[in-house]
Amino acid sequence: MKAIDERPVGIADNPRPGRFKKHHMEDFAGRSYTTICAILLIVIILSIVYFVASKGLATFFKDGVSFSEFLFGSKWDPDGNHGEPQFGVMPFIFGSFATSILAAVIASPLSICASLFMTEIVPGWGKKLLQPVIELLAGIPSVVYGFVGLTVIVPALRDMFPGQGIGIAAGSIVLSVMILPTITSIGTDALSSLPRGLKESSYALGATRWQTIYRVILPTVLPSILTGVVLGMARAFGEALAVQMVIGNAPHIPRSLFESASTLTSVITLDMGNTVMGTAHSNALWSMALALMFMTFIFVVIVRLLERRNRI
Amino acid sequence: MKAKAADKIATAIIVVFSLFIVAVLLGLLGFILYRGLSHISWHFLTSVPQTIREGGGIGPQLFNSLFLLVLTLIITIPLGLGAGIYMAEYAKPGKITGAIRLVVEVLSSFPSIVVGLFGLLLIVNTFGFGFSLFSGALVLTIFNLPLMVRITEQAFRSVPKEQKEAGLALGLSKWKIITSVLFPVALPSIVTGTVLAAGRVFGEAAALLFTAGMSTPRLDFTNWNPLSPTSPINPFRPAETLAVHIWKINSEGIAPDAAEIAAGASAVLVILVLVFNLFARWFGNLLYKIMTASKRMG
Repeated sequence: MKAIDERPVGIADNPRPGRFKKHHMEDFAGRSYTTICAILLIVIILSIVYFVASKGLATFFKDGVSFSEFLFGSKWDPDGNHGEPQFGVMPFIFGSFATSILAAVIASPLSICASLFMTEIVPGWGKKLLQPVIELLAGIPSVVYGFVGLTVIVPALRDMFPGQGIGIAAGSIVLSVMILPTITSIGTDALSSLPRGLKESSYALGATRWQTIYRVILPTVLPSILTGVVLGMARAFGEALAVQMVIGNAPHIPRSLFESASTLTSVITLDMGNTVMGTAHSNALWSMALALMFMTFIFVVIVRLLERRNRI
Repeated sequence: MKAKAADKIATAIIVVFSLFIVAVLLGLLGFILYRGLSHISWHFLTSVPQTIREGGGIGPQLFNSLFLLVLTLIITIPLGLGAGIYMAEYAKPGKITGAIRLVVEVLSSFPSIVVGLFGLLLIVNTFGFGFSLFSGALVLTIFNLPLMVRITEQAFRSVPKEQKEAGLALGLSKWKIITSVLFPVALPSIVTGTVLAAGRVFGEAAALLFTAGMSTPRLDFTNWNPLSPTSPINPFRPAETLAVHIWKINSEGIAPDAAEIAAGASAVLVILVLVFNLFARWFGNLLYKIMTASKRMG
């Protein structure tokens, strides 16, 4: 028996058991570690949803604010400075939707033109010129956008239109520059992945470039461009500080675009530091965060539907 | 002739709009640098801020931003790499993979303020870390993780299939293939992506307002004991970053030179982001040359 034990280890023989085990251990450890990391992602999102929802729903269950009063009430007076506390967040929901929709309206045509410029008009240097521009615009921090908005756009609007310059117009202009890169990069990706045959057959029929773009290219990439627009709106909806700096923060529905207003994010930003956890005011802010989260889900669902349509 | 005229007009509009975007960026950068550069000096970059008097600097804020960046990367990189590798190599198509993909998508489009509030509730209050750099780093990890996962997954997926098959043919274990065949090839893209993602840490403020805090204690830069409350490298002290500082002086600054400080700090922030972008590209290309002995396409 001793002779067998002392045999030199060769490939044809039984491989060294130690080595065999080590490589399996490594594989097991690696697989477990990466799986745990992936599970952690799910844990994080579930806990965010759970904690924000548990705080946000307290407004309705603990403080007894009715759901419709919260969503459709137009009076915001959470500390009851003018009598009974009022928790109507309609003005903020209106502000959030108004700024993000207007921002998308301003940014979309610009972005689509930029994408077309990079892929159809001058594919060579157009891309070399605009690609870094778009990336830099995406890289500029939101507080810097807010600062520039406050020092350039607000005074300019004040000079041109009646009012203080602050308001939904200023907010949506700042946001439109911020979401431009999102829409442009998604649009450019979609345009450059288009099959060449589509374009070539249109040209072969004698169509001009604009006819090709308008009749063939744009209808084909429309779902992708809409995806970009929705993602841009989602970003605009959730942006807090840049908007807060230029919108004026008055808690009512403004009568014009140049009158002080508020968004869901701007109110949370301003009030969260000044409220005590657990009070009705604080809970109402959490309910607004819950509303923001809910809107994020809706945006993601829309994006998914558009992508599914795009695939067919 | 009508079609040709329409074509010319449309082309002109597209070109004008595109040049308008270029002009917007140049105007933005020009304005920020023009307003800010004149205010930047060694004194401005190193001294502490003043609340009422003028002449305040951004020294502690600049340090906090850089330190927070390092802390965030230390937490984000291992987790992001792990989850990204799982998605690229281990995940089988199915319900669970689909769920994780959805989670990444939702997480990356969450408003940063909501993530910040979650951090305030769970990390700052429940776990008791208080307003601290550590809380800020954890929240920024949540914020950056989806991006990091996506970058890693794409980098691993773009490695040619033959390399993996060659490894399998040699009888290597899967983990060995991941670490010694795929990872070196994927590394340059991962590094570029990570540095770009790190640039976002500089700019993020909304998530940090209620986690890293809006104030910095008096720091003693000769004290390197990480547990002392006045030490700059103590991760459990409150820290106001540069981006938060810009927001604060714009909304409640009462120093007479608040506008100049905001301009100077904005310029510093933008320059940092620019440097980060250029560095990411250069370093990624360099790594690619070193790791693969070939030129990168594009």
